[in-house]
Amino acid sequence: MDHNKQQDTAHAPAQRKEMTRRQFLSYTLGGAGAFMAGGAILPMIRFAVDPILQKKEKGNFVKVIEESKVTSEPTEVKFKVHQVDGWYESDPKLSAWIAKGDDGKIFALSPVCKHLGCTVSWAAESPTEYHCPCHGARYTKDGKTLAVAPKSLDEYEVKLDNGWVYLGPIEPNTRA
Amino acid sequence: MFKSMYNWIDERLDITPMWRDIADHEVPEHVNPAHHFSAFVYCFGGLTFFITVIQILSGMFLTMYYVPDIINAYYSVDYLQHQVAFGAIVRGMHHWGASLVIVMMFLHTLRVFFTGSYKAPREMNWIVGMLIFFVMLGLGFTGYLLPWDNKAYYATKVGLEIAGSVPYLGDYIKELMNGGTIVGAQTLTRFFAIHVFFLPGALLALLAGHFIMIRKQGISGPL
Repeated sequence: MDHNKQQDTAHAPAQRKEMTRRQFLSYTLGGAGAFMAGGAILPMIRFAVDPILQKKEKGNFVKVIEESKVTSEPTEVKFKVHQVDGWYESDPKLSAWIAKGDDGKIFALSPVCKHLGCTVSWAAESPTEYHCPCHGARYTKDGKTLAVAPKSLDEYEVKLDNGWVYLGPIEPNTRA
Repeated sequence: MFKSMYNWIDERLDITPMWRDIADHEVPEHVNPAHHFSAFVYCFGGLTFFITVIQILSGMFLTMYYVPDIINAYYSVDYLQHQVAFGAIVRGMHHWGASLVIVMMFLHTLRVFFTGSYKAPREMNWIVGMLIFFVMLGLGFTGYLLPWDNKAYYATKVGLEIAGSVPYLGDYIKELMNGGTIVGAQTLTRFFAIHVFFLPGALLALLAGHFIMIRKQGISGPL
């Protein structure tokens, strides 16, 4: 086809409300380009954000101590959980402060300070409080925050079975 | 909306001359496939660059999961390939792109050779192109070891034996590339560093030189 003739017909009626050749070409090229770029980049983005979209594994319950050994005084129990971290599997040691509340129910507190994540311990400063060595956060026996920390200590889900205490996933404090 | 955003920036920084200078240049008729279809051979250089961009992007994303360590390298690759969404696609892009970039570069070199584009005044660009070629081969060689599987291990062993066969200096070259006397932990980290930092840096510098020279000298004339 004759190129000059084509151009003339496209240019002649200037007031026509149709798309110009330039517009058509830039939309077509832009669209095709965007499609190609998207085809290359979208898989990479999905690949990168995969950790937040992967199904979280429900924590299993771990047997930690005999029910009869739990007193009203918090005691620290250490236990291992199986952890899958990408290609790396390990059995990190966790700890919990376990006690019988005034209501007679057994509960277990996570020792991770709600201020900035250091480790608290019972009766380190005052005999009736949890204390964090980093910035002096203090908590009651139920984990209720007294100073520094904005929230109360987290709890482990507790299950009792056949005279044994089992600890499960961590949840926000229900007692404070 | 884009137009008004563009104008807002342009009023302040006067960016139009900058991209005009880069993008607004005439494409001679003899390299435009719309005029002569056979001119598609002039696309090979651009295609090489396009695939290089994909290699850089997919490589950047792969390092989010990959670890260059003899214990974990294989498992991290296995994990990103089979457990991460689109892992097979992203690694596939890097894997196939690596071969494709060599093919495209070879076709581009053939075009330059058979159109005589390497002749004066463009000899320096031919040299830079050859350096890019060797950097690309280096990227291919170092990247091949990173999955740390049997193929990677023995390919690298063979490659280093070849390097070791250089007269007089062979043993030194081999030990330097090995980072020791065996293909092992230090070879892997060494190859990783060369693959993701040293050679890409050299490649980008060479590409910049390659492109600046093209803009300065223009595309070579028709046959």
